[in-house]
Amino acid sequence: MWLWIHKFGSPKYFYNVSGKILPWVAGATALLIVIGLYLGLFASPADYQQRETVRIMYIHVPSAWNSMFIYLLMAASAAIGLIWNIKLADIVAAVSAPIGASFTFITLVTGSLWGKPMWGTWWEWDARLTSELILLFLYLGYIALQSAFEDRRLAARASAVLAIVGAVNVPIIYYSVQWWNTLHQPQSLGVGMSTIHPSMLWPLLIMALGFKLLYVVILLMRTRAEVLERERNNAWVQELAQALVGKSVIGSANEYR
Amino acid sequence: MTPRHRRRLVFVSLILLGVGAAAALTLNAFRGNMVFFYGPSQLATVEKAHERNLRLGGLVEQGSVKREDDGLTVHFMVTDNVKSVPVVYKGILPDLFREGQGVVAQGRLNNEGVFMADEVLAKHDENYMPPEVAEALKQAGGQTPQFSGTLMQGGLNK
Amino acid sequence: MNIAEFFHMDGYALYVWGAYGVTLVVLSLNVILARQQQRKALRAILRAAQRNRSLV
Repeated sequence: MWLWIHKFGSPKYFYNVSGKILPWVAGATALLIVIGLYLGLFASPADYQQRETVRIMYIHVPSAWNSMFIYLLMAASAAIGLIWNIKLADIVAAVSAPIGASFTFITLVTGSLWGKPMWGTWWEWDARLTSELILLFLYLGYIALQSAFEDRRLAARASAVLAIVGAVNVPIIYYSVQWWNTLHQPQSLGVGMSTIHPSMLWPLLIMALGFKLLYVVILLMRTRAEVLERERNNAWVQELAQALVGKSVIGSANEYR
Repeated sequence: MTPRHRRRLVFVSLILLGVGAAAALTLNAFRGNMVFFYGPSQLATVEKAHERNLRLGGLVEQGSVKREDDGLTVHFMVTDNVKSVPVVYKGILPDLFREGQGVVAQGRLNNEGVFMADEVLAKHDENYMPPEVAEALKQAGGQTPQFSGTLMQGGLNK
Repeated sequence: MNIAEFFHMDGYALYVWGAYGVTLVVLSLNVILARQQQRKALRAILRAAQRNRSLV
């Protein structure tokens, strides 16, 4: 088990494997999102009450799921980095924060654009909305803390504590609509239950999977770049660079300008 | 696992445990207070309800909506099927406002027990379906929809 | 459904297309910035490698 973690946690191994799978994941992501958009915007019906505004759901809900999922992954990764001192885990946590913040921002803005015509308000301080806003602040706090330290180890440690502590907010967001009276409606989907008609559930689930994979794509891209930057003085990166320079396809660094 | 790692694992677990406990306690304390709105029955139990700005939530009673001649002032009853509270509101209503729908009104209770709202928001339920399906469900007796296990049926062809 | 109706979104065009627009901008920015970072990192190590080579 430890061997496995250390093997997969080795930046070189990660760089090689991720380079091979990235094009495939990117292709699957594009395909899913195109299908999801087609179903969500064209092939699915309007809602019996919310009419055409229901189409906002196909981006709002997948973004909201991502905003919570990415936070948990970031906190778990930061904890692994903190305990076992695995550099790759620190990097995954650090690059996840801006991606998670983006999805949280999208959740809040699309929710607001949905709330105005349906509820009659851009914003209300109900438990669901407020806890999602706190999530955005947690992400921003984490990013600020990361950049506050010159020393990478110290930055990773300090921000890891914030990420772990902030993780309690995620179940609060999730259960807020059950625990309190909120303006936001209760859960539509759960284990073995759904109050969404299949013609609307399909585009939702396909978009959700597409958004999840999009996170994986951006995460892999950023992690690979971060790995190269941090490991640039290591032998394997220099060998890689020499091999690339040697190839006539790339020839000179100018191509990457 | 080296002793150093074990120490860190214990340290992180302790943080998690401490924060979890603190959060649980706070949530418990907040439970009664973090109320976005009161239902008509709850409203009666609120202390000094007449002196406070608060929110009233419930369903718009069937047949209770009356508009004044000015076209802006609306009278309706908010009900939780046990008690009803009369509401007066002057202004623009959200698109989803209609009889039988959920609403949250913000305002004050006057001495006659009428809720004077200065803002009315619509609260919708968690059901999403095409109009034809809603119509069919209504004719079948109006039970709450449950689409679990029907992902394959109905399909995508509307 | 014709094109005009589709863009009109039953009168909710501003909200629906606004939501999709913001999402498109933010997510595209994420991909573009990640790509830029990747290129920058590659460029840096390639330059270092070329320097080393010319030293040999």
